[in-house]
Amino acid sequence: MKIAVCVKQVPDSWAEKKMVNGVLDREGVDAVLNDLDEYAVEEALRIVEAHGGNEEGGAHSVTIISMGPERATEAIRKALSMGANDAILVNDAALAGSDALATSKVLAEVIKSGGFDLVICGTESTDARMSVVPAMLAQRLGWAQLTFASSVSVDPSANTVSISRTTEAGVDAMNAKFPAVVSVVEKINEPRYPSFKGIMAAKKKTIDSRDLAAVGVSAESAWSLVADSAPRPPRAAGVKVTDEGNGGNDLVKFLAEKKFI
Amino acid sequence: MSQVFILADFAGEKCTKTTAELATAAARNGTVTAIVLAAPGAGVALAASVNHGPIANVLVVESADFATHGVPAVADAISQIIAQKSPTALLIASNAYGKEVAGRVAVATDSGIITDAVDVAADLTATQLVFGGSTTVHSKVSKGVSIITVRPNSIEADLSDSVPTVENLSLTISDSAKLATTTSSTPPVKGGRPELIEAQIVVSGGRGTNGDFAAVEGFADSLNAAVGASRAATDAGWYPHSHQVGQTGKTVSPQLYVACGISGAIQHRAGMQTSKTIAVVNKDPEAPIFDLADFGVVGDLFAVLPQATQGVAAQKS
Repeated sequence: MKIAVCVKQVPDSWAEKKMVNGVLDREGVDAVLNDLDEYAVEEALRIVEAHGGNEEGGAHSVTIISMGPERATEAIRKALSMGANDAILVNDAALAGSDALATSKVLAEVIKSGGFDLVICGTESTDARMSVVPAMLAQRLGWAQLTFASSVSVDPSANTVSISRTTEAGVDAMNAKFPAVVSVVEKINEPRYPSFKGIMAAKKKTIDSRDLAAVGVSAESAWSLVADSAPRPPRAAGVKVTDEGNGGNDLVKFLAEKKFI
Repeated sequence: MSQVFILADFAGEKCTKTTAELATAAARNGTVTAIVLAAPGAGVALAASVNHGPIANVLVVESADFATHGVPAVADAISQIIAQKSPTALLIASNAYGKEVAGRVAVATDSGIITDAVDVAADLTATQLVFGGSTTVHSKVSKGVSIITVRPNSIEADLSDSVPTVENLSLTISDSAKLATTTSSTPPVKGGRPELIEAQIVVSGGRGTNGDFAAVEGFADSLNAAVGASRAATDAGWYPHSHQVGQTGKTVSPQLYVACGISGAIQHRAGMQTSKTIAVVNKDPEAPIFDLADFGVVGDLFAVLPQATQGVAAQKS
């Protein structure tokens, strides 16, 4: 079983983000492995561990795939230190500012050439938050789409994968044959902390860096364009009262004035 | 006049207000056609419930594949409709399902996509509030059909009655859209409260509840509000993750957001700071959440909320 995990390096959730020339300014902020992708890495590792592990040269492997600048190797090393086998980074200046359509196109090409049975993703990146790349990948690859999984089970002998799809619409039990694109929701598992041994081992693992020519796709003109962006004005200062036995009534009075009652 | 398609949104058998919101935005650009995707035999009833908002036509497709194969089958049907009818734009509700459908249709039709719009202008320029609502972005699709997902509750719906013409369309869902199969479906557990992302009012609790959400729920119920929770509260296991508001949870933009016992870290603010009106109850007068508050009460939520709950009941009676 060959599993690919798509990960993205994103600005730290706690950082102030701003737009420069129509795209997110990634230079001036701390960058980390997207929180939600850690669950995908963890789930991939649990799947292979449940079926004999991912020792080098064994039957199962986990490959990290990412698109981004050279700096994205930091996020990839974190995923490798958790226990993934190797990684592919698509790094090409022409990809700066790519949207979900361009990203999914490049990732799909890389995945196609890799002979994978499963692709596992987080549900969204914490920067763009579109939540569409896994569905786009499934469409581009012509693979089964099993997204928003809160549990995943794999039967490698039957080449099948089953999930519980958990969204605001409820919970669906779904299954499919390999190959499939799976996205996992937060809290499907508790991602492991890289061990010291894992961190040391990750330094020796291969990150195969490819440009667009090596992937075999050309950069496309954008599918959508940003006309303008501006920081929103801070909210006007409101009224603050201290509860001295009447705070609840003060709140009700405010809500009544605003016609919420 | 251009044609704009919307994907009609239903709760059970009933067309939702979200559909009228999509129609209201779509009608600024052109004549609105609502796509109704139904189980075999269910199309007539669903189409008949699409009777509010500026909707000229309803296009009904019936197939058992929508329930069995989910998002890919829905996206396949819509992509075929777009190929046949060539609309200018497609508007869909911005939830997990709607965004995935939009994403697949964008790939299938080689069209641009904008998600989480809070407004759509007559020229199809979409307004988004990004980075936790700290930045406003205007953007426009530049290739193919303008595919835009619109956040529920963002656009004031024209709810006037409409009597659209109904057309039935027969389609065969592609095999490539049937690769995953749904074997059982469990609808969400409804506590009688409104859906978090669609609610007009949201009352949320955080660390300050110490795990006791009774006061928060009581106040929420008095206002017919949805209940939200901060990451601190859901991580502690005090409230289900499906109710988490914030950067890694849901983004809500209700008319009124009441944050109770929530300090207001960026993580949380990212999910609620575009709310129209914000009220805060917190013991700590220095809590950063007060910076966002239109009205703040410095006090113990276990004293303030029960009094407010009674006060609301008294106002209503």
